[in-house]
Amino acid sequence: MKRGFHGMVARLKVTLWSLIVPPTVWAVHFLFSYLWAAIHCAKVGGFPRLPILYAVGTVAALAIILAAGIVAHLQSRVPGDPAPHEESTDSDRIRFLAFSTVLLAALSFVGVVFTAAPVLFLTDCR
Amino acid sequence: MRRIRSSVGAAALLSLGACNRHQSALSVFGEEAATVRHLTIVMLIGAVIIAAGVAGLMIAAVRAPEGRLTLSGGMRMVGWLGGVLPVVVLLALLLYSLPSMRPLPVGANDLRIAVQGEQFWWRVRYQPPGSPPLLTANEIRIPVGRTVQFDLTAGDVIHSFWIPGLAGKMDMIPGRTNRLVVRATKVGVFRGVCTEFCGLSHALMAFDVVAMEPAAFDAWLANERRPAAPAAGTAPGAQAFAANGCAGCHAIAGTPAAGLIGPDLTHIGSRASLGAGTTRMTREALVRFIKDAPSVKPGARMPAYPQLSREDAQAIAAYLESLK
Repeated sequence: MKRGFHGMVARLKVTLWSLIVPPTVWAVHFLFSYLWAAIHCAKVGGFPRLPILYAVGTVAALAIILAAGIVAHLQSRVPGDPAPHEESTDSDRIRFLAFSTVLLAALSFVGVVFTAAPVLFLTDCR
Repeated sequence: MRRIRSSVGAAALLSLGACNRHQSALSVFGEEAATVRHLTIVMLIGAVIIAAGVAGLMIAAVRAPEGRLTLSGGMRMVGWLGGVLPVVVLLALLLYSLPSMRPLPVGANDLRIAVQGEQFWWRVRYQPPGSPPLLTANEIRIPVGRTVQFDLTAGDVIHSFWIPGLAGKMDMIPGRTNRLVVRATKVGVFRGVCTEFCGLSHALMAFDVVAMEPAAFDAWLANERRPAAPAAGTAPGAQAFAANGCAGCHAIAGTPAAGLIGPDLTHIGSRASLGAGTTRMTREALVRFIKDAPSVKPGARMPAYPQLSREDAQAIAAYLESLK
């Protein structure tokens, strides 16, 4: 099973497109937060006591970012290949992209948590 | 030596600002301001600890012999102290401060005070539940221990409403009503100000805030509802007030004066300050304001009255002073 998972990860090569997945999810979640609050304030006049839709959206965003981060983390580690990794080779390029994706995923994860916390705490549209 | 003495003197003068008990976010008399002060103190202590830690690390880094840390050890240290620790500290501060952003709950039976910012004064309307509204200006009285909701708006340009000892500031925007819910905790006379630049006399746009015991507040409100009762012997002032067209802009309940352009003057004699917190309420200040308001408040819409005789101005001032 683990071999299968690693095999799948190896096939999912990080690219510039996969690099922008975590920050894009963060941006979409940010927009979702504003839209969710604005629609509730305009239609209902207040936040619901149990914001199920918002919680589901936030957990989904965190899960996608986490998955992108784990895949990139696994790809950034090539056992038995000591530093430095600064050559213009496929392996070093992927390692660079993967490590950048890991850092962006960490930042995006924190960004989504910092966006969601005020929304879950605030209850008033004022 | 003289230079040191004068620097110490200047620093001591600056610290006199801390003696302000009248208009200070540190001299609190309301629940929200107390929460903000508490948060400020916690953050200040946290900031001092973090600054000391960073300074200590910097000294240690400068003094450490070369090669003390390996490359991976250094990277790990940067990762933990520069990445993980700030995230944890910021998240903790965020979660700690978020509950204080929740506004106070307000019910249908709580007192509402509608305040409208004008260049450069405050139109105040008390709306107690179940009673007709009461119009006044440039002074706000609130009962201690009761929840009060301010409905804030503006009549001309954007102003901002701030009573530092009571709560945070809230913008007053034409065509929009912002709500601010407060609860005073201490009796006293305090001061609020406009904190959004609104024109020439922005810095002269303030007001007195009187926090009173609930029973005293109710008695004051009942008295404010009575029409103005000028003192005996002020009839010449009332005549001059009418003859010079003051009623075109100002209202005095119980008289034909019903102008709404300027501040309501029904109980002006009971206010502590004149011209929206600009000067103390004295006969001389009233005379000067009546004769030449722009010299006291540049940009004010009330024009100067050079043709008004000093005797008439004094009579009007005596009349207004007696309206308590």
